[in-house]
Amino acid sequence: MIRLDGIERVFQVGEEAVHALHQVDLTVAAGEYVAIMGPSGSGKSTLLNILGLLDRPDRGSYFLAGAKVSDLGEEQQAQVRRHQIGFVFQFFHLVPRLSAAENIELPLTLAGVDPAERTRRVDTALTAFGLADRARHRPDQLSGGQRQRVAIARAVIMHPKLILADEPTGNLDRAAGTEVIEILEGLNREGLTLIMVTHDPELGDRAHRRIRMVDGSIEADSG
Amino acid sequence: MQLRDTLRFSVHAVASYRARTLLMLLAMAIGVASVVLLVSLGESARHYVANQFSSLGTNLLIVLPGRSETTGGPPPLLGATPRDLTLDDALALTRLSSVRRMSPIVVGSAPVSRHQLEREVLVVGATAELAAMRHLKLIQGRFLPAGDPTRGMSICVIGVKLKTELFGGDQVLGQWLRIGDRRFRVNGVLAPTGMSLGDDIDETVIIPVANAQALFNTASLFRILVEATADDTIATAKERISATITQRHDGEDDITVISQDAILATFDKIFRTLTLAVGGIAAISLVVAGIMIMNVMLVAVSNRRAEVGLMKALGAPRRHILRIFLTESALLSLAGALLGLIAAAAGLRVLAAFLPQFPIVIADWSAPLALGVAVTTGLIFGILPARAASRLPAAEALARR
Repeated sequence: MIRLDGIERVFQVGEEAVHALHQVDLTVAAGEYVAIMGPSGSGKSTLLNILGLLDRPDRGSYFLAGAKVSDLGEEQQAQVRRHQIGFVFQFFHLVPRLSAAENIELPLTLAGVDPAERTRRVDTALTAFGLADRARHRPDQLSGGQRQRVAIARAVIMHPKLILADEPTGNLDRAAGTEVIEILEGLNREGLTLIMVTHDPELGDRAHRRIRMVDGSIEADSG
Repeated sequence: MQLRDTLRFSVHAVASYRARTLLMLLAMAIGVASVVLLVSLGESARHYVANQFSSLGTNLLIVLPGRSETTGGPPPLLGATPRDLTLDDALALTRLSSVRRMSPIVVGSAPVSRHQLEREVLVVGATAELAAMRHLKLIQGRFLPAGDPTRGMSICVIGVKLKTELFGGDQVLGQWLRIGDRRFRVNGVLAPTGMSLGDDIDETVIIPVANAQALFNTASLFRILVEATADDTIATAKERISATITQRHDGEDDITVISQDAILATFDKIFRTLTLAVGGIAAISLVVAGIMIMNVMLVAVSNRRAEVGLMKALGAPRRHILRIFLTESALLSLAGALLGLIAAAAGLRVLAAFLPQFPIVIADWSAPLALGVAVTTGLIFGILPARAASRLPAAEALARR
């Protein structure tokens, strides 16, 4: 599913070049449940950004579902993100002026799907994530857990094969966090590849495979 | 992304940021309103002058004695004074095929009296054709009768103001007036026309041209008014008139023929230029509005970094994001322009209420022009912020909150 070969990412901080990622090789099979862990600044978020095509590596190749996506142009990478990758963020990143249903609809809107088809898929998703009675609420009228459920519904509305989650429970209380992680694990059981960045060891222990990063390199990989 | 969705998304975004939206609408509305107002005022002035001219008659040519051209060099010692225009010169013009009618004009000032009331007024000697040529209307009686211009009749037509001053409410028609040392019978009263480029017709007496020549003891004419047969014969008529008079004046080209259209065209050009200049100055405020749009949109982009990052993560390519932000600034400038048009229309109404004698016209091309310019400004000044948004690195835009 995923293969990274010799990924390098260097940031220029003032005069100094910081190696955020250094010679990272990684292979993830379809349907895996991976937790990326490590201290702050270890490069785990950078790795997730590169996996999500939100950032480009300075060197190395990235193969996703057999295609070398690291060489694609901006427009094609956007298309890969649209159809193959779903994102879940720590701060939810819901558009504040749009209702829950409209937020879930957004990827379909951006992809130019017809309104009738959009409504049908959004309704299904709302029911599936237990948000049917919250469809018209704006994000500030929702609880943290509900917001993250909206975000997850949005992430999977395009039926991606890969879910990238960046500290998905980082901004939630324990109960809501557990609920969210169970939803994500449920998606994984249905066959979606789940890659999650976290520094909560308890959360990491639930994953089937743990990758530990230090100073931009993979230090340990349980897989 | 479908166009309809882009529009809906932009409208939603615009409506969600009230303060910035109001500011931008205000800036654009002021710009558009000032352009439309000033251009319309300029156009109104142009129409006013054009109307004044058309009240003088159509396809008119004015024949003046003397050359109006300067030839340079010292003035000739002999024969420098131009030959006078005579009644015979005028009559010769009626034989030209391109001339529909003409009226010789003699003008002078003379005391006009009835009983003990006396006024010093403008006395115009003319022929029956003058009424048709200058669209003169009468409220009582008739104009000068047609007939041989060389033989006068002691009758006159008076302006309405003169009538009230000399006769009050008395019977006018058939009454006698003394003009200079001669007596004239009143044949008609002119309808009030007001000022027509400086001549107050309401205070004028019109008498047959032969009588005027006798009254002022002159054989020459002040000018000859000629009406060409049609719009496209004016040039021919002008040439033929010059040729005819030159021939009659022993080969000396000593007259000037002015076509009224030429004067009108000059005025028209001046006012058009003026209108454009004033409109151009007002357009500066549109540019200011554009810069304001740019500024506010840049702030909007930096406020919505996370949203831009999110849209990128959801698979929107750069051009989608560019389009969304451009649509926003275009919508804002369009809405502002519409508001400005409404404000301008209201302002012109108020002006029209205060200046009833000045005909206010909204230049019909000013509205589409202002709308077009406003939207173009919005788009041009929207490009920079929209590009800034589309080039935001997604990972960075999402990282901060």
